[in-house]
Amino acid sequence: MQVKEYKPLIVAFCCNWCSYAGADLAGNNRLNYPAEVKIIRVPCSCRVNPMFVLRAFQRGADGVILCGCHPGDCHYTSGNYYTRRRMAMLFSMLDYLGIERERTRVEWVSAAEGAKFAATMNDFAEKVAALGENKRLEDLRCKK
Amino acid sequence: MQKITRDVLVEKAVSLLENGTVANVLGWRKGEFDYDITPAVFTDKADIEANFVWNDFCGANFSKYLVQKTRKLEGKILVFLKPCDTYSFNQLLTEHRFDREKVYAVGVSCEGMVDIDKIKAIAGDGISKIVCGEMIEVSTVYSDEVIKIDAKDVLEGRCESCKSKKHVAYDELLGEEGDVIDSNRFDEVAKLEAMTPDERFAFWQEQLSKCIRCNACRDICPACTCENCVFNNPNSGVENKAAANSFEEKMFHIIRAFHVAGRCTDCGECSRVCPQNIPLHLLNRKFIKDMDSFYGEYQAGAEVGSRAPLVNYTTEDVEPCDVFEGGNE
Ligand code: SF4
Ligand code: SF4
Ligand code: SF4
Ligand code: FES
Repeated sequence: MQVKEYKPLIVAFCCNWCSYAGADLAGNNRLNYPAEVKIIRVPCSCRVNPMFVLRAFQRGADGVILCGCHPGDCHYTSGNYYTRRRMAMLFSMLDYLGIERERTRVEWVSAAEGAKFAATMNDFAEKVAALGENKRLEDLRCKK
Repeated sequence: MQKITRDVLVEKAVSLLENGTVANVLGWRKGEFDYDITPAVFTDKADIEANFVWNDFCGANFSKYLVQKTRKLEGKILVFLKPCDTYSFNQLLTEHRFDREKVYAVGVSCEGMVDIDKIKAIAGDGISKIVCGEMIEVSTVYSDEVIKIDAKDVLEGRCESCKSKKHVAYDELLGEEGDVIDSNRFDEVAKLEAMTPDERFAFWQEQLSKCIRCNACRDICPACTCENCVFNNPNSGVENKAAANSFEEKMFHIIRAFHVAGRCTDCGECSRVCPQNIPLHLLNRKFIKDMDSFYGEYQAGAEVGSRAPLVNYTTEDVEPCDVFEGGNE
């Protein structure tokens, strides 16, 4: 039997105005980051309901990362400040339930930070790969 | 053992009905057994005198009932509120969930409610009669002996760590005005935080796997008043019970607790009604504890119109990836 190399599935929620553009810049500059990072574009980081994060895990993501404009730079002025509070609460709760803390992350990436985007994704994918598959948050009901 | 007797409440209810202040009374109605007391609307003097109950089993928090009842019922509603219930009352007013003008609130001082499961654990099954008092007298069908239990030994969990004996809302108060209590309600959360992640996971796995997804914790919660709940979505894949997971219903529990974070007054109803005795308060209190430590102390429902931490921010807030340094390990 052939054993496939384990590649973690990463869902990255990127806000339209900064981080998605940052991802674009990384691409234009031909910076590498893992193909298993699946980007979901959201209008603002605060569009990400905590349920999106759990939903991604339920359906088999191994890591979930949120990227948004730097605090103070949100296109909608204050969206990312709310994101920050919400995700702080969610991540702390996940930790409380005994779920590996390295599986979730929030990173602020501006449209000019293509290199930071690629570096963040490489680092995140590496940390998640070290943890292995997400078993603690998967949900068999949600798998096809 | 309640200091204010049933007769005082009955008299109050009857006089307010008779002088026309209210047209309905939201109170506790006698059930089949001495301990299964149900919330009910009374409109008639004779009914109140025969069936109204106020004793150590009146745990039900009526605040949430006001959302529906103020819309459906004609005339003003008299509602009896224990101290913890008044926090929910205020929180619902903050969220504009019912019309204050339609309610006449009477605060009743409370000495703590008792937990029938704890009584059963001592007295056994087949309880035929319970007489409340400082010493609770329990009779069973299996013996002639009357078992006496100190009410303090069988208090409900939430009453053991009661956060306040102070009524934060009322039109009239029966009994004395109490104080906010510096309770030990976060001790258990801190104990869990001190465990290793694997131990925590095992703890929650054991607890949450017991969940039968009856949704009672949501239905009873005064903070859960959405007309359309996310968990009613038939396409969500998680609307009913999981059957094969290692860690069932975690999504439900995290989201339920999250939706009420900042609005949960820690009234304790969710844990009280859970048929599986899942310690849901440990999820709610984790959020409360975190919000207190990250964003400053906040008690939902302490006053009407306050702004909850999750609908607020400062530019200096902690970063989500740094929260673990906040003493969680
Ligand atoms: S009341 Fe208990 S068993 Fe019912 S859904 Fe809530 S946690 Fe699950
Ligand atoms: S979550 Fe539980 S303790 Fe909090 S308000 Fe709802 S029922 Fe009360
Ligand atoms: S669980 Fe969430 S959506 Fe459902 S009633 Fe409660 S707050 Fe509303
Ligand atoms: S638009 Fe980028 S975080 Fe709000």
